[in-house]
Formats: sequence, C-alpha cells, structure tokens
Amino acid sequence: MRSSASKPGRSTSVLPLQWSIASDVAEIEAIVNAVSSACVAAGFAEKVCRLNVPVALTEAIANAIVRGNNSDVSRRVLVCAGIDNGTLCIEVTDEGTGFDLIAVRAMAEAPDWATREDGRGVFLMHALMDKVETWCDRGHTVRLVLRRT
Amino acid sequence: MGFVIERNDELLTVAVDGQLVVANRQEFKQLVLDEVEQGARRVLIDFTDTGYIDSSGLGALVSLGKRIREHGGELRLSGLNEDLRTLFELTRLDTLFHLYDVRSDALIGF
Repeated sequence: MRSSASKPGRSTSVLPLQWSIASDVAEIEAIVNAVSSACVAAGFAEKVCRLNVPVALTEAIANAIVRGNNSDVSRRVLVCAGIDNGTLCIEVTDEGTGFDLIAVRAMAEAPDWATREDGRGVFLMHALMDKVETWCDRGHTVRLVLRRT
Repeated sequence: MGFVIERNDELLTVAVDGQLVVANRQEFKQLVLDEVEQGARRVLIDFTDTGYIDSSGLGALVSLGKRIREHGGELRLSGLNEDLRTLFELTRLDTLFHLYDVRSDALIGF
C-alpha cells in the first residue's frame, strides 16, 4: 500500500547528520550508535538514549531496507538526523513507494497481534517517539520526532 | 553482538550479548532451532547482557516459542532489565512468555 501523506514542512537540508547506505541490515548499528550518542550529548534522558532512540531508529531503517528496498543492495537508504532546540528529528528515505501508516498501526488491534511473528515495527516507532510521519517524494520517507523532556 | 550457549541434556541456555535485532535475529533463531532439532526441550534465553531488542528480535522469540511448544517443550526468558520489560509490556508479549528477573529464578522447576 502507498503512503498518501504529503510532505510536511521541514526539509532534510537542516539535519546535519547524514548517511547514504546500501540496503544491508549490517549498516544499521553504526548509525544507531551515532544518533544515540548525539542524544546523550544533547542531554536526552538515559532511558531514551538506551531504548527509545535505538529501537525506533532500528525499526525505521530496517523497514526501509527490507520492505522499502526489498533488501536490494543496489538500492540506497538515506538517513538524516539532527537535534534542534531540544527536539530530535530523524528522516529515513528509501526507494520504495511507502505503506499505509494507519493500516499498519491498526494491526496492533487484531486479536492475534501478540502471537504474530511480525507487525510490531511501526507500532514500536509510534510508542517510542512523540511523532511519526510518512510521505512519498522521490522515494518514501519516515520522519521520527522526539522532544527532550 | 553474540550468543553464549550452554547445553545440558534437554536444557538449553542462550545468553544474548549485545542486541537482538534484525541483523542477527536469523542467526539466533537458527541456532536455537538446531538445538531443538537435536533434542533441547527446555530453552532459557537470558538477556542479562542485552542492550535492546527490536521487533525482529521479538518476532523471533514468538516464532521460537511456538516451535518449542510444538516439540513439547517450554521457553523461558530471564534477565530482562526495566527497558526490555517496557518493550515486552508495550507489545503485550509479557502475557505470552514466562519472564524471570534472574537466570537462577528461571531455572527453578525447569
């Protein structure tokens, strides 16, 4: 399913940390470590840096690699991140056509959800971040936003 | 990231060192399944030295739990810190698994 959301206002050009990686899950850990370290330096809570940021970002990049780019290593994933005024913003862009965020979130309401092997990634992104947005514009982008408390 | 395995007859203990995530979940799952095929029936996964688990890792645990039950066995999880318990509670997997604070508690009556 395609994402129908239009691109929200903020541009990736204001996010200073940027990576362009092949669609290989082995690439995820280094990015997650770098963004988590940036959050530590910016004074985010310890638990947020240990749990919320690593898990949500891992989900976003893994989705882009596995679902967006079908694990085709010739296709790229762009990750941009920045912290501005106590707010972390991460954008993960793949070469796919996106997914219906509302429909995927609704999977968590299904009676068999707890016993399914898949279907928790988008749910965890929403649970661990303050805001999750998606749009299609030269690829599919997921934006994660988390405010420092 | 890595896994430390101990096998004693039907009891298999796997300690997860680092993360259990999309990059290593297949290795982890296959490792446990191989041991189940070779007779392990009581499986304890210990997360004392684990940082975080993503949805792929959680999915692998769900899948393993089913396979182990199909073989007449049982899966227990131990050593989950507050962060990991948060993940299990958010995803309601705390209702699916037997969770123990420490490995020694999980081994009682196992």
